[in-house]
Amino acid sequence: MAQFNEMYQGTAVRAPYARLQDWVAAMPQELRSLKQAEAEALFRRIGITFAVYGEGGDPDRLIPFDMFPRVFSGAEWARLEKGIKQRARALNAFLVDVYGRGEIIRAGRIPGQLVWQNEAYEKAVVGFVPPKGVYSHIVGIDIVRTGPDEFYVLEDNCRTPSGVSYMLESREIMMRMFPGLFRENRIEPVDGYSEKLRRTLASVAPKKCKGDPVVVILTPGHFNSAYYEHSLLADLMGVELVEGQDLFVDGEFVYMRTTEGPRRVDVIYRRIDDAFLDPLCFRPDSMLGVPGLMDVYRSGGVTICSAPGAGVADDKAVYTYVPEMVRFYLGEEPILKNVPTWQCGRAEDLAYVLDHLPDLVVKEVHGSGGYGMLVGPKSSREEVERFRAKLIEDPGNYIAQPTLALSTVPTFVEEGLAPRHVDLRPYCLVGERIELVPGGLTRVALKEGSLVVNSSQRGGVKDTWVLAE
Amino acid sequence: MRLTVDHVTRYSYDHPVRSVVQSHRLTPSVFAGQQVIDWEITVSEGTKGSTHRDGAGDQVQGWTIAGPVSAVEVRVRGTVDTTDLAGVLRGHRETVAPEVYLRTTAPTRADVALESLARTVGDSDLLSLAHSLSTLVSEAIAYRPGVTHAHTTAAEALALGEGVCRDHAHALIAMARVRGIAARYVSGYLFAAQDGTPHEAAHAWAELHVPGLGWIGFDPANRCCPDDRYIRLGSGFDAQDAAPIRGVARGGAREAMDVTVAVLQAAQ
Amino acid sequence: MLSRTADNLYWIARYMERADTVARLLEVGSRISLIPSAHGYRSEWDSLLQASGMAAAFAQKYGDPVQRNIESFLFFDRDNPSSVASCITAARENGRIVRTALTSQVWDALNTAFQELKQLERTPRSELELSRLTDWITRHAAMVRGEIDATQLRNDGFNFLNIGYYLERGDSTARLMDVKYYVLLPRVDFVGSGLDNYQWSTLLRAMGAQRAFHWAYGGEVTAAKIADFLILNPQSPRSLATCTAGVVNHLGRIAKAYGRETPAQAKARALLAEVEGTTVDAIFDEGLHEYLTRFIRDVSDLALSIHDAYLSGEMR
Repeated sequence: MAQFNEMYQGTAVRAPYARLQDWVAAMPQELRSLKQAEAEALFRRIGITFAVYGEGGDPDRLIPFDMFPRVFSGAEWARLEKGIKQRARALNAFLVDVYGRGEIIRAGRIPGQLVWQNEAYEKAVVGFVPPKGVYSHIVGIDIVRTGPDEFYVLEDNCRTPSGVSYMLESREIMMRMFPGLFRENRIEPVDGYSEKLRRTLASVAPKKCKGDPVVVILTPGHFNSAYYEHSLLADLMGVELVEGQDLFVDGEFVYMRTTEGPRRVDVIYRRIDDAFLDPLCFRPDSMLGVPGLMDVYRSGGVTICSAPGAGVADDKAVYTYVPEMVRFYLGEEPILKNVPTWQCGRAEDLAYVLDHLPDLVVKEVHGSGGYGMLVGPKSSREEVERFRAKLIEDPGNYIAQPTLALSTVPTFVEEGLAPRHVDLRPYCLVGERIELVPGGLTRVALKEGSLVVNSSQRGGVKDTWVLAE
Repeated sequence: MRLTVDHVTRYSYDHPVRSVVQSHRLTPSVFAGQQVIDWEITVSEGTKGSTHRDGAGDQVQGWTIAGPVSAVEVRVRGTVDTTDLAGVLRGHRETVAPEVYLRTTAPTRADVALESLARTVGDSDLLSLAHSLSTLVSEAIAYRPGVTHAHTTAAEALALGEGVCRDHAHALIAMARVRGIAARYVSGYLFAAQDGTPHEAAHAWAELHVPGLGWIGFDPANRCCPDDRYIRLGSGFDAQDAAPIRGVARGGAREAMDVTVAVLQAAQ
Repeated sequence: MLSRTADNLYWIARYMERADTVARLLEVGSRISLIPSAHGYRSEWDSLLQASGMAAAFAQKYGDPVQRNIESFLFFDRDNPSSVASCITAARENGRIVRTALTSQVWDALNTAFQELKQLERTPRSELELSRLTDWITRHAAMVRGEIDATQLRNDGFNFLNIGYYLERGDSTARLMDVKYYVLLPRVDFVGSGLDNYQWSTLLRAMGAQRAFHWAYGGEVTAAKIADFLILNPQSPRSLATCTAGVVNHLGRIAKAYGRETPAQAKARALLAEVEGTTVDAIFDEGLHEYLTRFIRDVSDLALSIHDAYLSGEMR
C-alpha cells in the first residue's frame, strides 16, 4: 500500500513543511536529545499524565510527546474546517430529531431500531429540546488522511471527547522550547480554545438563568485518568471544577456548596457518563452524580453539556449514516467522507467480513480507546481466529472497515527521523455559534508500522499546526 | 367508577439525615380511561421542585427535604373517575417510540425458560398472542407475597413459580419482547375490595404495544386487562424505571419504609 | 470558593504541619533515649507513642518499641495515617485535587517532597540516619510553607491554608508539652531535677526554639519559663497564644471578605481571650496536663466549628 508522507511529494518537500526541513537539519542529535528530555520534564512538571484504563501500572505515566509538528496549510485546513462544522451541525440536528419526531427514521433514511434500541438512546429526555437545540457541545471528530486531498472520518465523539489538554499543552511546550519556529512560520494560535469553550457553554444557559451564567465542570474525581484535563480546562476558563458531592438540588435549581453558602449553577460541562449523572433517573448506585439533577434539567433549571442522550449519535453503528444525516438535514453533500463500514449485525455484511477478516479492522460498536479491536493485517493467524469466534458469537456488537493507508508524518525515533502513522482529532464547539480553533490533537503511532494511535497502545502526541495564509 | 386514594409512604432513618431528594411519578396519567377530580401530594417539610411531563407522558415531580430529618412522609390523596376501556390506553399523549420498549433490562431479560415458554404459543394475530402470553404468566407464576424482593428478576420468579405483581409484570414484559412485542412496566393503584382478592392496592402490571391499537394493559396477577378498578400512574422499562417514588437520602443512615394504601369506591 | 477546595487546602496545611511534628517527635525521642533514665531508654519511646496516641497501633504491628521499628512506624509506615509518608502523600494528593488553587511554586514544593519521599522509600534503611530523615522533613515542610507565604494570592484560600497551619501547630505544641510533662517525667519528685531540665531543653531544641528561648529568658530552664514561652508568649512562633491569634486573624479576614460571621469566629475569639487572659501561675494551679488537655479539646471543637461553617458545604 502506498503511504502518503505528509512532508513529501516524491522527493520534494511539500510547502507547509518547507521550513521544518532546515530546522531538523540544523538540530544535531545531542541538542535533540536535550530538547526531548526538556519536553518530558516540562510535561511531568505540569503533571500532564495519562493513566491507562484497566492496565494498572504507573498512574503518573506520561504520554510520549514528539517534537516534530504536524502541519496543515491554510487551504487544507479551510476545507477540513468546513467539513467538520458541517458534520457537527448534522449530528446535532440528528439528535434533536431522534428525541423529537424522528423524521429521519420515518423517512426511512436510517433504521429505527439502530436508534431506539440503542443503549445510548435515553428515554428520559425524549421530547426535550435543550437550549439552542444543541445536544453535543463539543464534537471531537477523528480524521485520518490517505492522500493530499483524501480525508476520512474514522469516528465521531459527541459525548465528552478528551485530549484537548494535549493540544493546548503541546503548543505551550513547543512555543517555550522553539520560539524561533514560531517566528519563522506563521502558525495560527490555539490558545483561544478555552475562551471559546466558555463562551459556548455560557451561550446555552437555561431560560431560567438571569444574568451571567455560572458554568462548572463536573469531574468523576481526581482518580480519573483525565483529571488533569478537567482541572486545566476549569483553570483556563476560570470556572469551578466540581464533583457530584459538591452539587445539590434544592427546589427547582442546582447549587454548589461553597464557603459562602450555596451558589446556583446554570451550566454543567460534565465529564461523567449519562449512567452516573443522577441516581434518581439512571443507575441508582451512582455516587458520582447529583440526585434530582435530571428533574431540574428537564424543566429547564440547568443545562447539561453534552446533553444526556447525545451518545446515540456517535455510536459506531449509527456512524455509517452520518453522510445521510448531512444530506437529510442540511441538504448538502458531505465534505468529509466516511470510511466504508460493514455492519456485522447484517447477515450479508457479516459474510463479507468473515471472508476478509485478515484484511479488515474490526471494532466493537460501543468500545473505545483501541481496546477489543482487531487489526487484521497486523494480527497473527491465531489472533484472527480467536477474534472470529468472538465475532460470530455476537456479530451485532461489531463493525468492520478496510485498513486504510494512513498518512505518516516524520517523527523523532531512536535512529533519527522516521515516518509514523497519525490521525487528527479537532474539537468543534457548538453553541449559539459553531466554532473551531485551527488545530487539534494529532496522535501518532510510535511503533513502526502500527496503525493504532491510542495512548493506551503506545500512541504519542504531536503539536498540530495550521499555517496562516 | 369513582375511586378515592389515600396512599402514605413513610421513610424513617435510624439517625437524622442531612437532606432527602425525591423524584415522584405519583400523578394519574392523562388518558380517556381516567379523569382526576382532585389530587394532592404532600411531603412532610418538603420543598416542591421542578416538574415536567416526560416523553412517556408521565408527570414527574421533584422534591427536596432539607435536613436534618429523621422521617419523611409522602402522602397522596385524591379522587379519580375511571372508565373501563378493556385495557386500551386511549388518548394518552406520549412521544417515546414504542420500539424503544423492545430493549431489555436486567430484571426483564429472558432466560432460556422464559424464552421457550414465550414460544409455546402460536403466531396468531398480535392481540391474541398478547393475551396468551399474559395467561401463560398467570399460570406459571402463582401469587404469593414475600417470596420475592425488589431485585428478583423475571427469570428467577419463573424458576420459583411464585411472586407478586411486580414479578408477573416483569415476566410478561420479558416474554413479549422475545416475541418482538414492545412491552413496558406500569405502576398504579387497584381497587380490589370488590371481589375480595388479596392483591395489593399499590399495584403494577404490564402494557404491550399492538400496532393499530396502541398500548394495551395486561394484569397477569389478576388474569385480566386493567379496567375501571385501575388507576394508572406511570411507566418504564421495569419496576425501578417506573417506580412512583425514587429517592436518595444524604447522610448514610439506615432507611426503613412503611407503606399504607387505601383505594375505595366513592359515592358518585 | 468550593467548600471542598477549602477543605483540601486546609488539609494540605494540617498534613504538612503534622509531618513536621512527627519529625520533632522523633528527634525528642532519639535525644532523650541517649541519656540514662529511671526506666532505661525503651520506655521513653513507649511514652512518646502513648502521648501521640499511636501506641496501640504500633504494638499490634511491631510489638516491642525498638527505635528502628519506631522510626519505620513514624516515618515510612503507610498503615500509620500519621506517619511522615502518609502525611506527605495525603498533602500532595490534596494538592493535586486543587492544583488550580495553588501556585505552581507551591505545587512544585509539594510534588518535589512527594517525589523525594518515593526515592527515600527505595533507599536501603542502613543508609538513612535518623537525623537525615528529620532534617529532610523539616526542610520540605519549610519549603512548602515558604512558597505559600511567598506566592499565594492573599484570598480566602490563603486564609484556609493558614487556619490549617495554626490549628495543627497549636495542637502539636500542646501535645509535645504534654508528652514532656505528663509522660516523660517518671515521677513528680523529678520536677526541677537535672533530668527534668535536660528533657525541657531537648523539647525546645526539637521545636527549633532553644536559642530563641535563651534570648528571651536567659538563665536556667524552668518549667514556668517554658510554659510562659510555649503557651503565653506572643513572640514565640509556636506558642498557643500565637497559634490561636493566627486562627483568629485568618477567620476574621474570611468573615470580612464574605461579609458575615459564623460561630467559628466567636469560638476562636473566646479561646484567644482565654489564653491571653491567663497566667503561668493559674496554669500550674490548674495543672499543666489538665490545662493542655482542655486546650487540645477546645482546638478540636474549634476545628469542628470551622468545618461546619466553611468546609462541609452544609452552611445555608
